[in-house]
Amino acid sequence: MHRTLAIAHLTFLEARRRRIVPAAVLGGLLFLLVFGTSLYLITQRNPIIGPQKQAVSLFIALAGLYVANFLTIAAAVLLPLDTLSGEIASGTMQTLASKPVHRAEILLGKWLAFCAMITAYFALTAGGILLIVRVLTGFTPQNIGLAMPLLLLGAALMLTVTMAGGSRLTTVTNGIVAFAFYGIAFIGGWVEQIGTLASADSARYIGTAISLVSPVDALWRRAAYELQPPLTRGIQIGPFGTPNVPSDAMIAWAIAFCGLMLAIALRQFQRRPL
Amino acid sequence: MPDSVIETHSLRKEFGDNVAVADLSLEIGRGEVFGFLGPNGAGKTTSLKLLLGLIEPSAGDGSVLGAPLGRRAARERIGFLPEHFRFHDCLTGRELLRVHGRLFGLRGAALESRIDRLLARVDLTDAADRQLKTYSKGMVQRAGLAQALINEPDIVFLDEPTSGLDPLGRLLVRSLIDELRERGTTVFLNSHLLGEVEATCDRVVFVKQGRVVHELSLADQPAQFEIELRIDRTDAPTLEGLSAFGGTPTVHEGVVRLAVTAEQAVPEIARWLVTHGIALYELRSRRKSLEEWFIEVMGDDQRPG
Repeated sequence: MHRTLAIAHLTFLEARRRRIVPAAVLGGLLFLLVFGTSLYLITQRNPIIGPQKQAVSLFIALAGLYVANFLTIAAAVLLPLDTLSGEIASGTMQTLASKPVHRAEILLGKWLAFCAMITAYFALTAGGILLIVRVLTGFTPQNIGLAMPLLLLGAALMLTVTMAGGSRLTTVTNGIVAFAFYGIAFIGGWVEQIGTLASADSARYIGTAISLVSPVDALWRRAAYELQPPLTRGIQIGPFGTPNVPSDAMIAWAIAFCGLMLAIALRQFQRRPL
Repeated sequence: MPDSVIETHSLRKEFGDNVAVADLSLEIGRGEVFGFLGPNGAGKTTSLKLLLGLIEPSAGDGSVLGAPLGRRAARERIGFLPEHFRFHDCLTGRELLRVHGRLFGLRGAALESRIDRLLARVDLTDAADRQLKTYSKGMVQRAGLAQALINEPDIVFLDEPTSGLDPLGRLLVRSLIDELRERGTTVFLNSHLLGEVEATCDRVVFVKQGRVVHELSLADQPAQFEIELRIDRTDAPTLEGLSAFGGTPTVHEGVVRLAVTAEQAVPEIARWLVTHGIALYELRSRRKSLEEWFIEVMGDDQRPG
C-alpha cells in the first residue's frame, strides 16, 4: 500500500508543480465569480419572491451544477490524459516500473490521486454554486447528499475510462476516444428523453442501450431528478429534464462499469510493453 | 559459472514480424562488470528490458538474482539507468531520489542521509533543490545514476550511462563503476563508447541481430596483442615459423602482422628471427583495441546506425 501512496504523492506533487492545481482553483473561482455576480445582479433587479421563487432558484442551481458537472468531467478527462501514454512514450515509466512496484500499484496510485483532485475540484465548483444560490436566494435543492455522489461517480467513470484508454492508446487518440465516449452518452440521453416524450419505444430503447455503453449522462439525469421536487420532475425536456428516470439498476451498472474499466486498465497496463 | 546472478536461456523477443532478440543466452557472475556491445538495432536495449521485466519474452527464459525475469523480489535489489533518462522534471534532484527511495520502502533519516551521500557522489549537492528541468543533460544523467544506486543494489543496469556526459562526467562514472566493482556489485553496461567499456569492463559480449556472436574477457586479455614486423624475408618457411607464436601471419605491403596471446611473445619472436638469420628492420607490438574487435566481429555487413 505504501508504494501506491508513494505514486499518489508523486502525482499530487507533479500536479502542483505543473500548476495544474492552482490553475484549477483559479478557474473554479473565476467560474463561481461569474455565476455569483450574474445571479446577484439578477436578484437585485428582480428579487426572486412569491410562488415562482423555488422554481426559478432551482433552475439557476441546476444550470450552475450542469456547468460544474461538465467542467469536472472535462477535468476528469484532461488530468489523466497523458499520465500513462505520455510517461510510456517519454520513457519515464521505465524507471518507475523497474522498481519493486507492481504496475497495478502505479496505476492505482495515479487513479487515487486524480480521484482526490476531481473530488476537490467538484467540491469547489458544485459546493460554491449551492452556497451562492443559498446566500442569494435562500434556496437549497433537495437530496444533495444523493445527487452529488452520483455526479462524482460520473466524473470518476470518465477518469477511469481515460486511464483505461491511456494504458493502450496514444495521448491524442485517447483524448478523442474519451470525449467521444462522453458525446455518445450525451446524445443517448437526448434520444431516450425524446423517445419517452414521443412515446417512441424503439428510440427510448436505443437511448437506454447507449446509456448502458456509456452511462455518464444517465448519472447526471438521475442526479437532476433527485434535486427536483415532485412537481417539476419529468415534465421538461432539456438538460435538466428527466421524463425517463435512470433506474437504480442503471446506477448499479455505472458503478460496475467503473470497476470494469479499472480492471481493463490494470490488465492492459500490466501487459503493455514498456 | 559459479554464483551467477543473471542467466538467460534462448531468450527471444518478437514485435510482430520483427525479431528484436533472436536467441540470447547469457551468464553473468556476481561482482562482474559486464559489457553488452553491438551495433544499433542489435537488440541490446530490448534484451535489457527483458532482463528488467519491462517486456515479456516471446520464448526462452531467464533469471535475475535467482528469481524468474520480472519478479518483484529481484527488482528490490537492482538499479537501472535507462538510455533515454527522462524523469519527472518538475521534481528537484533531492525529490527524485526521495520518490524512488520510497518505492524501495526506504524512509526517514536513513533515506535522507543516503540521498545526501549520493548527491555528493554525483556532484549535485549544489543543485539538489533545483527542479530537474533546470538541469543540463549531463546533470540529469548524473541524477539518474544516483537514483539507480539509491537502494544500494546488487546489480546495476546502465544503458548508455555516459552518452550525455562531458569527459569529467565520464571519469566520474568510471570511478563509480570501480567503486561498485570493489563493493561486489554486478554492473551490466550497455554502451556504444567502446573506450569506456574497455576501461571498465571485465568481460564483454558482442551481440548481432539478437544473438551473442563473440565473448571476450578483458580481464584476462587473451589473444589481444598484434605484432607488426618489417623483415627481409616473407617466404612460406618464415611465416610458418612465425605461426608457432600465435595466429596465422598475414603479409600486406611487406609488413607481417601476427596476433599473439601474450606480450611475452615479443622478445621470443625477435630472438627467433635473429637465430634464423632474418633481418629485422622494425618490430611493433600493440594491444588490439575493443573497437578493432568490434569491427572484426561485426563484419562488413553492418551499416552505420
